Amino acid sequence: MATVTRPLPGQVVRERRSAGLWRDAWGRLRKNRLALVGLFMVLLLLFLGIFGPFIAPYPYAQQDLKAIQQAAADGYGIGPLNPGQYGHVLGTDQLGRDLLSRLLDGARISVSVALVVQLVILLIGVPIGAIAGWFSGRLDNLLMRFTDIIYAFPDLLFIIILSVVFRETAFGRAFDGLLMIFVAIGLTSWVTVARLVRGQLLSLKETEFVEAARAIGVQDRKIITKHLLPNGVGPIIVAVTLGIPGAIIAESTLSYIGIGVQPPRASWGSLIAEGYKWIRAEPHLVLFPAICIASALASFTFLGDGLRDALDPKLKGKQ
Amino acid sequence: MTIPNEQTGRDAPTIVEVSPADARRLVTQEKVSLDKRPKAEKLLTVKGLSTHFFTPDGVVQAVDDVSFELGYGETLGLVGESGCGKSVSALSVARLVPNPPGRIVAGEIVFDGIDILRLGEDDMRKLRGKEIGFIFQDPLTSLNPTLTIGYQIAEAIKQHMGLSSKAATDRVVELLSKVGIPRAKDRLKDYPHQFSGGMRQRVMIAIALSCDPKLILADEPTTALDVTIQAQILELISLLSDEFHTAVLLITHDLGIAAGMCDRVNVMYAGRIVETGTVDELFEVPRHPYAWGLLDSLPRLDDVRGDRLRTIEGLPPLLISPPDACRFEPRCRFARDKCREKEPSLTEREQPGHFARCWATEPEGWIPA
Repeated sequence: MATVTRPLPGQVVRERRSAGLWRDAWGRLRKNRLALVGLFMVLLLLFLGIFGPFIAPYPYAQQDLKAIQQAAADGYGIGPLNPGQYGHVLGTDQLGRDLLSRLLDGARISVSVALVVQLVILLIGVPIGAIAGWFSGRLDNLLMRFTDIIYAFPDLLFIIILSVVFRETAFGRAFDGLLMIFVAIGLTSWVTVARLVRGQLLSLKETEFVEAARAIGVQDRKIITKHLLPNGVGPIIVAVTLGIPGAIIAESTLSYIGIGVQPPRASWGSLIAEGYKWIRAEPHLVLFPAICIASALASFTFLGDGLRDALDPKLKGKQ
Repeated sequence: MTIPNEQTGRDAPTIVEVSPADARRLVTQEKVSLDKRPKAEKLLTVKGLSTHFFTPDGVVQAVDDVSFELGYGETLGLVGESGCGKSVSALSVARLVPNPPGRIVAGEIVFDGIDILRLGEDDMRKLRGKEIGFIFQDPLTSLNPTLTIGYQIAEAIKQHMGLSSKAATDRVVELLSKVGIPRAKDRLKDYPHQFSGGMRQRVMIAIALSCDPKLILADEPTTALDVTIQAQILELISLLSDEFHTAVLLITHDLGIAAGMCDRVNVMYAGRIVETGTVDELFEVPRHPYAWGLLDSLPRLDDVRGDRLRTIEGLPPLLISPPDACRFEPRCRFARDKCREKEPSLTEREQPGHFARCWATEPEGWIPA
C-alpha cells in the first residue's frame, strides 16, 4: 500500500472548497461589469414582470375618462394625456388608459415570452439534438433534415397559419392568446439549440470519459444525461439567454402587426403599434415602450455575452 | 498454457473479406445468458479473435486471428509497439470496439465460462464494470470534468451492486483509501481537476476495482504518468490484484513493466501474436527477431555514454490486405526468401508453452536454438 500523506504536527490543513463549474463561472461573471448590469436589469425585469400589476397605479384596462374630460375642459383638446398630467406619470393613451400600468403589464408578457419560449425550445431542441448527436447515422440524418426544413420554413407564415387554425380553440384562447403565440414562436426557433446540442454531443461522445463510462457499464441514457449534457450545458445556457431577445422581438413584431396579444391587453409591441398613430403629437406613446424593449434586449444580450465568457474556460485569460 | 491459434490450422477459412453483414450475424447468432455459466478452467480464453475496421480505404485487420488464455488471478502482458493491435484486443474483450467502423469479425471470447460474443448488449453491460474492470491510458481525460470524484466511483457501484447511496458512499471512501488517497472522505466532492495525474489514475483504479471484478484490462495504465508515479501505480495494481485475486491483462509497450508485473507475456506485431511465453522464457531465450529488437532497444546500464539507442528500423506495416508473408519481414535483418513466400505459424519452441512465429527459429530454420 502506498503511504498516505498526513499533515506534519502543527501544520494547518486549510479546508479547500470544491470549485465546481458554477462557482467558477460566477467568479468570472462577477468581474464582468457589463454582464452584472445586464444581470441586474434582467432581475429587475423579472421582478416587474411578476409584481408589476401590484405596483401599477391603475389596472391596465381602466379608462380614466374623468381626466380626459378634465383635459378637454382645460383646453388641451381630446386625445392622449401627456406624461405627468392629471396623476398619470407617463401619460395615457387616447382612451385614457394609464401608460405606466400598461407598460408594467407588458413587462409581464415579455417575461413570460422569455421563459415560455425558451422552455419550448429546450424541450424540443435538446432531445432532438441529443438523439441526433448520439445515434449518428440514419436517425441523425433524418432528424437534421427535418430541422433544416423547419429552419427553411418562413417563421411568420407558420405562426400566422397556426394562429388562424387555433384561434377558436381553448388552446388558442388560453391566457389571452399568449400561450399559442409563445408555442408558435418556440416551434419555429428550436433549430439553433438542436444543432448546438448535436454538435456538442458529436464531439463529447468521442471523449475518453465516455468510453470509461461505457467500460463500467453505464446505460446510454445515463451517459447522455449525466455525462454529456452537463459538459455541454454552458453553450446551451448562452444560446438560451441570447435567444430571449429574439423571442421578445418576435412577440413584439407579432403584436405590432396585430396577431399577438389581443386587446385590451397590450404588449410593448402593440403599444408601439397603437402609439404610432400619434407619433407627431404624442411621441411618448412610442418612446416609452420602445425604451422598454430596447433595454430588455440589451440586458439579456449583456448577460448572455457575460455568461458565454464565464462558462467557456477556453476564453480564460484572453480578455 | 496457451493454445496457439494455428491448432485450428492456417487452412481454416480466412476471414479477410468478411462483409459487415456477415460479421453482424456472427455476433448475433444464438444468444447465451449470464445465468447459466459452465465451469471454466481459465478465466479468459480468446480463440482466433479477429477485429477489423471497415474504413473507406479498405478493411484494416487490426487484430488478426489472436488466441490467448488467462487464468484466474494471473497477470498476462500484451507488448508491442503502437498500432500492433494491443488496445483493440483489450477493447474486443470488453466488446467496446467503436462500431462503426470496428467490428469483431471472427473468433470466440470465453470469459468465466460465458461466450461474450453471444451475449446480449444488456447482459454485456452487466459484465462491464462489475466483472471486467478497465483502466485507461490517460487518467487526465478518462474522468468526466463536470462530475465529482465521489459520483464517478459510486456510479459503477450503484449500477451493479444495488447499494443504497449511503452504503455506496462508504464503499467509495473505503476504495479511495485503499488506492492511497489521503483524507478520502473530504475529497468525495472534489472534481477531477483538483487531483494530480497520479491521483487520478488511482481514482481510475478505484473505479476499476469498485465491484470486485474478476478481470482488469489495464491499457497502458502508466504511459501518461512520470516514472516515479509509474512505479507507485504499478505497485498498487499488483498489490490490489493479489489482494482481490483479480486477473490482469496488462497492455504495455514497456518491456520493463511487463517483466516486473506479468506471469506470461504475449508479444504482438501487426495484429498478430508473434511470440508467447513466460516472462523468463521471453527475456532469457526470445525466439522472434521482433522480440530481439524490442529487448535490444532497451537502454542498458552498461551502454557507452554518447552511443545512440538501438532501434528497429522502419514502421509496422499497414494492415489493409497484408500479403501472405511474415509481417515483420520488411524490418527483419534475418529475413530470407521463405519469409516473403509464406507466413510462418505460431509453433512451439524448446520449452513447452513457448511459441514463436518465425521461420528462422524453427528447428529446421537458419537460426536454431
